[in-house]
Amino acid sequence: MDRFAAFKWQALFRDWHILLEGLGRTASTAGLALLLALALGVLFGVLATAPWRSGRAVSRLYVNLIQNTPLVTQVFFLYYLLPHFDIMLPTPVVGVLGLGVYHGAYVTEVVRAGIQAIHRGQLEAALSQGFSYVQAMRYVILPQAAQIVLPPMTNQAVALIKNSSILAMISGGDLMFQADSWSASTGYYGPAYLTVWAIYFAICFPLAQLARRWEERVRLSRGGEVTAA
Amino acid sequence: MMEELAVLAQWHNVRFMAEGLLITLRISFFTIVFSFILGTLLGVMRYSGHRLLASLAAVYIESFRASPLILLILLFRFTMPLKPVNSGTLAMTLFTAAIVGEIVRGGLNSVDKGQWEAARSQGFTWWQTMRHIVLPQALRKMIPPLTGQFITVVKDTSYVWVVGVQELTGKGVIILGQHGSTVQFFAIFGMIGLIYYILCLGLNRLGLWQERRMSWLTM
Repeated sequence: MDRFAAFKWQALFRDWHILLEGLGRTASTAGLALLLALALGVLFGVLATAPWRSGRAVSRLYVNLIQNTPLVTQVFFLYYLLPHFDIMLPTPVVGVLGLGVYHGAYVTEVVRAGIQAIHRGQLEAALSQGFSYVQAMRYVILPQAAQIVLPPMTNQAVALIKNSSILAMISGGDLMFQADSWSASTGYYGPAYLTVWAIYFAICFPLAQLARRWEERVRLSRGGEVTAA
Repeated sequence: MMEELAVLAQWHNVRFMAEGLLITLRISFFTIVFSFILGTLLGVMRYSGHRLLASLAAVYIESFRASPLILLILLFRFTMPLKPVNSGTLAMTLFTAAIVGEIVRGGLNSVDKGQWEAARSQGFTWWQTMRHIVLPQALRKMIPPLTGQFITVVKDTSYVWVVGVQELTGKGVIILGQHGSTVQFFAIFGMIGLIYYILCLGLNRLGLWQERRMSWLTM
């Protein structure tokens, strides 16, 4: 296995700070994108179940457009579009926008399913007690939906972390990019890719397991009915 | 403005984009077919309860599910003696198979255990029960998540651009380099987006149709 020869590993460990920088960039980008996705997801998820037809339509449009076109295309769109309007954003910021908007559509569906899993009577009861629609959502429905929504939301976080490697395609300095450019200059692809895989695994696997365990618990506590997918 | 758009409608540009679309379709098709076969195998292995087979499938599924697709595409490109489009398709197939494996396992789990007992008591072997009784019922449960995953496959083909394959998105970016006015920019990306949208919506409809078609199974 000369592709994984010892001296190549040594070279990688000598340059370990390159991967560490990439990991930092991946973490900050994914973190910010997740916040954006959550904000968009809650907003459009609530709109999707709102009593106003136009709100539901806007939410549907967002989810449909974003879910049926590739993340790569969307990020390229932003990457090449913004300079047309003399907006020069650093690539990680383009990444945060692209990833946030993309996963926001998936989070929207998660939130919508979570809200719809709460019995309709809860909303009616809250409204009858003089809560406004927004208040009913905020104090009655969303706190209950949060429990159901947690496992699929965690899965979205895992997907987002993995997808943040899209930054590598626009020279965004993330973990994947750093490993790729390092191995392009040294030719030592094996150790670099394997190490990067191990890092992603170390982050994503525990999160995915956590989601699975939560899912099990939610299913049990809700009497076996499977909700938000 | 019309002149600018006319450039994009020229035959060689249209053909250029069509070539990209064909590559996108080709990668999608092979990935969907092979990952469905491999994923079903993995799902059945993990569900089987056979210690060795189940843990083999589990290791496979978890390690592929936790890795970014770009990483796999790059890894396979540089460690396999294949053309980029083929190593890309292979990477996508192995990646998607892990997810399909989990979908299949979920589908199998959703079939009531009583079905097993009934079939076995009637003299069916394990494999016969799986093939004739359990898998067909599981399949219907699997259609919605499978549809979602196969739509993701079509979209993910754009990742293969990272190893230099000029699929739909890649071709678009090249054309963009040649014809880069703002109007042309929107025309190019609008067209690419529309094509993906139509492909994905088509798959979605196909999934819904299959689901309805198979609904007699659980009536």
